Formats: sequence, structure tokens, C-alpha cells
Amino acid sequence: MTWPFTPAFPLVVWPQAASPAAHEMDALFLLELSISAFVTLLIFGCIFVFAVKYRRRSPDERPRPIRGSILLESAWSAIPLVIFLGFFFWGAKLFFANADPPPDSMKIYVIGKQWMWYIQHPEGQREINELHVPEGRDIQLIITSQDVIHSFFVPAFRIKKDAVPGMYTTEWFRPTRPGSYHLFCAQYCGTNHSHMIGTVHVMKDADYQQWLAGGRGESMAVAGGKLYERLGCGNCHGRICPTLQAVYGRQVPLADGRIVRADEAYLRESILDPGAKIVAGYPNVMPSFRGQADEAEVLELIAYIRSLGTPALAGPGEGIGAGQGTGTAAGIAAPGEREQQGMQNGRPPNANPHAWQEERSSEIQKREGGEVKDKR
Amino acid sequence: MAASTEPLVEHRTNYLNAEHSVGSWLLTTDHKRIAVLYLVSITLMFALGGLFAMLIRIELITPQGDLLSSDAYNRAFSMHGIIMIFFFLVPSIPATLGNFLVPMMIGARDLAFPRINLLSWYLYITGAALMLYVLATGGVDTGWTFYAPFSSAFSNGRVTLTVLAVFIAGFSSILTGLNFIVTIHTMRAPGMTWGRLPLFLWSHYATAIIMVLATPVLAVTVMMLGLERILGIGIFNPALGGDPILFQHMFWFYSHPAVYIMILPGMGVVSELVACFSRKRVFGYGFVAFASLAIALLSFLVWGHHMFVSGQSVFAGMVFSVLSFLVAVPSAIKVFNWTATMYKGSISFDTPMLYAFGFIGLFTMGGLTGMMLATLGIDAHVHDTYFVIAHFHYIMVGGAVMAYMGGLHYWWPKISGRMYPEVWGRISAVIIFLGFNLTFFPQFIAGYLGMPRRYHAYPPEFQVYNVLSSAGASVLAVGYLMPLIYFIWSMRYGPHAPANPWGATGLEWKTPSPPPTENFEEPPVVFEEAYHYSDEEAPIA
Repeated sequence: MTWPFTPAFPLVVWPQAASPAAHEMDALFLLELSISAFVTLLIFGCIFVFAVKYRRRSPDERPRPIRGSILLESAWSAIPLVIFLGFFFWGAKLFFANADPPPDSMKIYVIGKQWMWYIQHPEGQREINELHVPEGRDIQLIITSQDVIHSFFVPAFRIKKDAVPGMYTTEWFRPTRPGSYHLFCAQYCGTNHSHMIGTVHVMKDADYQQWLAGGRGESMAVAGGKLYERLGCGNCHGRICPTLQAVYGRQVPLADGRIVRADEAYLRESILDPGAKIVAGYPNVMPSFRGQADEAEVLELIAYIRSLGTPALAGPGEGIGAGQGTGTAAGIAAPGEREQQGMQNGRPPNANPHAWQEERSSEIQKREGGEVKDKR
Repeated sequence: MAASTEPLVEHRTNYLNAEHSVGSWLLTTDHKRIAVLYLVSITLMFALGGLFAMLIRIELITPQGDLLSSDAYNRAFSMHGIIMIFFFLVPSIPATLGNFLVPMMIGARDLAFPRINLLSWYLYITGAALMLYVLATGGVDTGWTFYAPFSSAFSNGRVTLTVLAVFIAGFSSILTGLNFIVTIHTMRAPGMTWGRLPLFLWSHYATAIIMVLATPVLAVTVMMLGLERILGIGIFNPALGGDPILFQHMFWFYSHPAVYIMILPGMGVVSELVACFSRKRVFGYGFVAFASLAIALLSFLVWGHHMFVSGQSVFAGMVFSVLSFLVAVPSAIKVFNWTATMYKGSISFDTPMLYAFGFIGLFTMGGLTGMMLATLGIDAHVHDTYFVIAHFHYIMVGGAVMAYMGGLHYWWPKISGRMYPEVWGRISAVIIFLGFNLTFFPQFIAGYLGMPRRYHAYPPEFQVYNVLSSAGASVLAVGYLMPLIYFIWSMRYGPHAPANPWGATGLEWKTPSPPPTENFEEPPVVFEEAYHYSDEEAPIA
């Protein structure tokens, strides 16, 4: 028997929770909800009881005035304040924990763009409007935007972070339940804001490994290494400019006396706005690469620089650093050699750097076409 | 004088019938006539904003975006927000009831600067006319928040003209605030000490401070946005070397205090209603008055709670979170004091009191869900979802509009000289309360489930809540149409109102309804505190 109004989807009253932080947030929310419900019922109850009990029985009633009570005023100022501060401390604790990724988190790079999410995995996978992650690992997202402000929101993890053009923001989560979850853009970003949605796939480790193995392109660091060559970075770095060996994560002394940590945000700024922070002892000669490298390419360059080692494991670095040539080696290598290296990796060195964008836009068109069909 | 020479009370000369020409209205400097001009203009804007709300709600009945195109939908919610906030809620109570009552309640003949008062209405009308022009020529798609760099570099709507309209209307708000501050300081009747001011005036005084201090920041912000759009000066757009987060800081530095521009006057109205219809002095008068000033001060220090996930530092988030909890304390004090005022009162259920009941309950719910939003860990989930939409509609519609409707019914006899039909009043108040909750309560659930705001199409599991919400909106629309009809009806057919139909205290009830142009036939002198309903003191407090 089919009831004619059976909804296509069952009635959902509580969102799925797929991470420990989501469960903790639900607990905090339920606490606040119970206290709020109690206070609301108290106020409604008092109004109802007073309204009935003290209703006007004759038109010339003159109730005796009550001026107030310091005791009551103090009580209903102090008690809410204490409860509010309790909410504050628990909420702040959770927020701080959510803002501070564990050091061994898996890093995944997210770029928001009208109107899609472009996601790069260090191993080389690139996805649009989908994010595959393994169950049980700490995942850190490094998020930026290529145009307007977007916001990366996964209700099942109870997290949200704006993707802001010109800067990197970050959020992390530990998915603990395999499944597929909504990914929304939560910050209004123009015409197709409500179509900037996707899916986060949390996979069992074995499935994830299988997914990783299939369809892998070159890793972000390899792609970054090629860009490094094509843009001629090695012509100066390691010669008249600071070496990039083991620079990632290092404390860098600046010409103005400050010391900054070479993290993603610093490296990005140094590529796009080199004059902003000059390394002590070096001239301000580097041109800006704004317009020559888009956000995805900047992230690849940073991945390459990371692959050149960190202060802890200073040296030639892992894998790619040696194979692709170090900062100095790349600069010295003859053009012929470089071309050869590039060809070995399956992509001509002068390939259109924006090819991935074209791929993406055709892909998104396909996807959106499909989506519209599904909905109607 | 006039009254003694005229045989019938109805034929007495009052501010409404003193002159009849159009010019006598458009060039008036009488605060009461300007209040009526504002009343007519904001009612039109409210109807327009409401039409856009209906469009939004009809579109969202189905998950597919099938009624409007995405661009049309984005324009609809932008126009709804801009019109309702800048052209209805901000001027609503202060410019109508405030304009009418501030001088009357302190026993003055007019505001301190009557011509500036008229200028402020013309500025409002200029801004509103510009907004209508924008609407007629394609509208704007930035949302009422105008976030850069979308608004400065990517939007294809008429952003520059819209922010110019907001800029101009902002000055009307500044001038009203300035007028109130000077009037309350300098024009109180003999005996009207600060400790005897009705709470309506304390809350308008606090509102006026925010209007004067915060609105210029909005003007500067939208001016910078205009400069970036027209001249390409890089202020907010990172591609030009600007900082998009700076825009949010500046925008919310006005727009959070602006929330209190909208709700503080409503709190003042509710204090008057609860006292009158309980026939009692407001419990803890001093605390309620002080809470208004505390809210005005603290409202300037909490803007960053709109930006917890924007990329501002977590420590900034922490400071703004704790300050947001602090600003809730004075609001809680007010709710408890209103409730306590009813204790051992003589409570009648006239329409204004029904609205006051609604205000207290809905404002409490709006405030408590605001506490959830101020909690950093929870905000990361519910920010920019329908939970936020539901929360601020509980404050803005459940709070501010309920108070506005309550106040309009309460002072309608004074403003129009006629009584509205009480039965219809009560019915519509109940319809509005029920329709409101049906519209906005489901949005809390949809929001917690994760439905983002400003979505033209949405995943199907949210549909049931959107259908409920749209059904509620149609009930709400009926509730709002009824008063519009019977208020207009009452102007011709309603019974003539006596000077004091509610048996209320307060100087505005000591002069005929409607009042003469000069407000009082004799300059009033005040001998007693506000809400002096009985000489006898209760033995225990």
C-alpha cells in the first residue's frame, strides 16, 4: 500500500555525525538546548500563570506597586552569567581543539572558485566537488579561494571555514564513520551559490588505498617541481636569493628584524608579493608571480618546496627533491636536460599551465548537467 | 483654548485637522505629522519587503530552483534583506512611535530641531526612492551584507546605487538620533527628572546613542566599497591589494549595534505595555533603564561574533564570544523584570498586551538561540545556516515587529483619534503569533541539519521544513494584512478615542486624542514617578 504523500526522503530530525568533534558538539548543543528549553518554559509558564491568576477582575482594580528587589535582580543577573560562562568555556575549548590540527595530519588542499570546489591531494589526485578521505586519519584542509569568499561546510563533521581569496585558512577533522556526506558552500558567492555543493566520501582504509592507486596523476610536488623550472625560479634561488632547501617550517630572519615561520601562508605571500617580507641579507629583486601562477599552482609550488625538506630532516629531502633537481641543480641544468626530465614525466614542459582549468570546467559542466537531470 | 470654544470634542482643532493641504503635510515641522509621514512610508516598504519574502518562501516549497532563476532568487533575498533592515526595521519604532512620543512623553512642544526632523524624512525618502529605482532597473544580488570582494568586483547587480541609497538613508537615522539626544537632555518638562523618564525614553536614548555613533561607520564602509567599485582603489579586494576581512570588520561594527537600534526601541515599547496592562510600576525600573544603556555600550564590542569562521584569529573569536555572552545579561534582566511586573498585577488582555506576551516569549527564544550562536564550537556548525536565519527572525520579527505592532495598537487612539476594533485586533495578534512560529521554528531544525542560507535549490531532505515554513509565512501574511485593513477602516469608522482609553499613566495620555499641534494646552509639570498607578506601596518587595 502506498500512501500518496509518502515523502521521497524519510523525515530527518538530527544530522549525521561522523567525527568525534561532531559528537562533542552535539553534546554541548543538547546541554544548551535543554537549559534554553527550561528557561523558555519557565518564562512562558510564569506569563501564563500570572496572566490567569492576576487577570483584571474589576475595571477599577489598583494593584499595589512593587518597586523591585536587589536580591532578585542580583540572582537573575548572576545565575545566567555563570551559565553563559560555562557555555563559553566548553564552546571555546571545542573551537580551539578544532582550530589546532594534530601535527601528523594528512594535508589536503582546497580551492574555492565560482562555483566549484577544486581539491588537490599531495599524492596527485585532483577532484572537483568531491573529497575522498580515509577513515580514522586526521585530515587537515588548507583552504583558499581564487575569486570571492566561499565557505567549506561539512555538516556531518560540524565544521565550517571560509575560503578567503588572498589567504590560507585551515580546518581539520577525523572521520570515524564510512559513508558519503554533504559538502556545502555556506558563504554566499553569487549566481550558482546553491550549486556549489559536493560530497565527502569517508572510506575504509583498504578502499581508500585502492582509490588512491587508481587515476593518480603526478604528485603535487612533482607538478610543483616542473613549474619551478618553467618559471625559472632556480635561476636565482640558491644563487643571489635564499636557498629553498629545508626552508619549509624554518624560522626565517627578515631584513626588518622580525622572524617569521615559513609556513604555507608565508611561502604564498613570498611568491605573489615578494617585497612584503625580505629575508635578511638578500636584495629585494624578486618579481611577483601574480598572474603567472594561479592558486592551484601556488599550492603545487609550496608542495615542491615542502618536498625539499624541513629543518628537522634537512638535507636533499624526500623523493622528488633529489629526482627533480634541487634548487641549485635546477637552475644550473641545461635547457635540454630540463626538457628531457619534463618529457620523462609525461608532460611537455611548455604545456599550457591552465589546462587543468579547462579540464575542470568541462568536468563541472558534465556534472552539473547530470545533477539537473537528477533533480527534475 | 480651542476646546472651550467648540461645542463638540470631535470638532476640536488637532494636529490632523489643523491644516489639510498637501503642502501642509510635506513641509510640516510638527513631529507628529512627520511621524505619520514615516508611518506611511515604512508601511509601504514593509509591504514591498514582505512581497520579496513571499517570493522566497514560494520558491523554497520545492527543492529544485524552479520558480525563479538563480539570479532572480539572489536578487529577491537581497532586496528582502536590504529593504527590511535599512528601510523598515531601523526606522520602524524610532521614526514613527519615537518621533510621535519622545516630545509628548517629556512634556515638550516638539523635538529640539523640528526642521532637521523633516530633513531626516526627506533623506529617508530619497534613499528609498533610489532603492526603488535600483529595483526597477534590475536590483542587486549581494545580500544585505555586501560582502567584498563579491560586491566590489564580481556582482553584476546595481551595487553602487544600492550602497548610495543605504548611505543616504543612514543620515536620516543619524539625524533622528541626534534630535532625540538633544531633546531628552534639554526639553524635559519641569519635574521630569531622569529618574522619572518612562522606560520608552531610556531605550530611545540608548538607541539614539548607537544611531549617532555607529551609523557613520556604515557610511564610511559603503563609501569605501563604492570607491573600490568605481575607481578601482584596492581596499577590500585582495586582487588589488585589499583585505576582504577588513570589510567584514567595518560592516559589522555598524551592523551589530544596528541590531540593537532595531530591538532596543521595541524593549521600550514592551516596558510601557506591560506596565499599563498590569497597572503596575515596572519591576526594577532602575535595572531596566540601566540595562538599556549597558546594551548600547556592549553592543559596540561584539561585532566579531559574525566572523568566527571568517579567518579572523581564534583568540579574537574567543574575546568576541565572551563579550557576546555578557551583552545577553542585560537582555535577560529585562525579560525577568517584565515577567515580574505582572506578578500581583491587574492584567488585562487587550491587543497590545497580547503582542507584549508574544514579544517576551519570542525574544527569549531568539536570545537563547543567540547564546548557542555565541558559543564558538556550535557556531562553527550553525553559522550561515537557516539556524541563524531563524534566530535573527525571532529577534527582528518575533521581537522588534511584535513590539512595533503592539505599540501601534497601544498608541493608535492617540495618533489617529479613533479606536481600532478590539476583537479583530486580538484575532490578528494570535494569528501573527502562530504564523510566526510556524514560519520560523522549522528553520531552526533545517539549520541544525545543515541547510545553508541563501540557497536557491537545496537537497530534498530539507523539504519538509521548508514546506512548513512557507505555510507559516502565508498565515503570517494574513495576520499582517488584517491590521492594515482595520487601521485604515478605523480612521473613518472607528469610535472616537478618549484622551486616555487604557487608563495609562504618562504625559501623552493627559492631552486629548489626537493631540493639538502644540501637544499640550497647558505646559505640563511632573510631580510623580513613571507608572504611578497607585499611591499605596506593597509591604514587601
